Amino acid sequence: MAAADWTSNGAIPRASSIAARTEPRWVRATLIGVALAFLGLFLALPLAAVFSYALREGWSVYLAAITEPYALAAIRLTLLVATICVPLNAAFGIAAAWATTRFEFPGKRLLVSLIDLPFAVSPVISGLIFVLLFGLQGLLGPWLREHDLKVIFAVPGIVLATLFVTFPFVARELIPLMEEQGADEEIAALSLGASGWQTFWRVTLPSIRFGLLYGMVLLNARAMGEFGAVSVVSGHIRGQTNTVPLHVEILYNEYQTAAAFAVASLLACLAVVTLVLKRLIEWRAGRRGGLAH
Amino acid sequence: MATSRVRTRRVLPGLGPTLGFTLLYISLIVLIPLGALVWQTSELGWQEFVAVVGSPRVLAAYRLSFGSALAAATVNALLGLLVAWVLVRYRFPGRSLADALVDLPFALPTAVAGITLTALLARNGWIGRHLEPLGIQVAYTPLGITIALIFIGLPFVVRSVQPVLQDLDVELEEAAATLGASRWQTFRRVLLPAVLPAVLTGYALAFARGVGEYGSVVFISGNMPMKTEIAPLLIVTRLEQYEHAAATAIALVMLLASLLLLLAINALQGWTRRQAA
Repeated sequence: MAAADWTSNGAIPRASSIAARTEPRWVRATLIGVALAFLGLFLALPLAAVFSYALREGWSVYLAAITEPYALAAIRLTLLVATICVPLNAAFGIAAAWATTRFEFPGKRLLVSLIDLPFAVSPVISGLIFVLLFGLQGLLGPWLREHDLKVIFAVPGIVLATLFVTFPFVARELIPLMEEQGADEEIAALSLGASGWQTFWRVTLPSIRFGLLYGMVLLNARAMGEFGAVSVVSGHIRGQTNTVPLHVEILYNEYQTAAAFAVASLLACLAVVTLVLKRLIEWRAGRRGGLAH
Repeated sequence: MATSRVRTRRVLPGLGPTLGFTLLYISLIVLIPLGALVWQTSELGWQEFVAVVGSPRVLAAYRLSFGSALAAATVNALLGLLVAWVLVRYRFPGRSLADALVDLPFALPTAVAGITLTALLARNGWIGRHLEPLGIQVAYTPLGITIALIFIGLPFVVRSVQPVLQDLDVELEEAAATLGASRWQTFRRVLLPAVLPAVLTGYALAFARGVGEYGSVVFISGNMPMKTEIAPLLIVTRLEQYEHAAATAIALVMLLASLLLLLAINALQGWTRRQAA
């Protein structure tokens, strides 16, 4: 405490206090150089390489690869899966955040830590558990076959596996946010005569909209890009259960490299759009770094 | 105190439906499916379980998955701290672009990362062709697996350390300097202890992600049993051969390891918060 007062009183000249907090010029230059070389080699170069490899055989090959029927079917399926998973997991995130930040109940902390569980599980295991439940040899397999229902190697399995891997995204953004904001404004609205729904739409939703949007952008990117979990449950049936990342894998393994990278470049564009949106939301919300992973 | 909490409970509506939906949804999507894994393993019996998990091929896969994840997380801890430091402390052209780019591995689908790194590092690739004359082969070796895991784990340490560095009290460093510490001593004795919990949190997160990683690794690893076959791939292989019990046993060990890591990460995050407070 004494030391802090001493410096802020100006007993130490300002210049030396700056010198105390910064490194010699050559050290700074070296550190910046190493950091940029690392980021350039590991991030910028691969991103550039996707587009370069995609266009290596020219625009006509590129356009043919992304407009052929199997590619279009894969794009449709990926969009369908994201359209189901984003709203469902967002609704779950809002409900979970409301229940855990506005009320006290036994087991609340356990529930909050269980929400993070899917992030700790290998994508392959995330797919495996649904095969064990719904596969032919699975727990519910005989029952499903009797009723002529297909989950594994079909679209429902892909949706379930994607729901599992993207499960925590919105909840983990909203829970700390709503915890921090507290319930004062909502209680005020209710005491002024608003109904529960009115309070939610006019008070809660506007104040959490950036966090919600942020979580949904990341959720969407993962839903569209998931590979491991979906690969285990999909069966890779072209035109039926092939998502865009799986289509990339098939093309790559068939040595159609340019076509594989052409389709991959669509996913790279999705990644760039995600990063831009993420920045935009952070900027609008005025928050810095400190991101849940 | 007690009355105000009861009043809050009565004033705010919606506990029943939101908690009900939360519990139902988490049970259907997460808890029951994970329960199926435990149930399926219990069918196997202890001796069979040990025979599967202790077989040389499975042990080699575990060693490879855990070893390369550990190596990649170590590289990420060191370089991630450096990147976070440079992004927080220095101003240079392109800084905010570099900052935004750090999240790329979170946003880029793993399969895309996998085929791109493989193409770059293969013998005729942009990078591989310069390493070939030096006698370094990256693609289809454990080194390639580690490089893919460095890519995947890169954001964890940077994003854990960045906010801590930003909020660090400047006066601590000034005090150290006025008391005669050199810049290196200040870093070792003042800055490093302050960011250490955050670095370890990022390290554990990157390690946990690397152990289970599949998409970015399968393309570059070459998938040779006993040599470059990671544990998640072995699970897929067993599943494709309809050996569900074996796949489940291999998976259960990995699941337990990730649960332990999750506990460790929770403890580390608590430590980071206390350190900041």
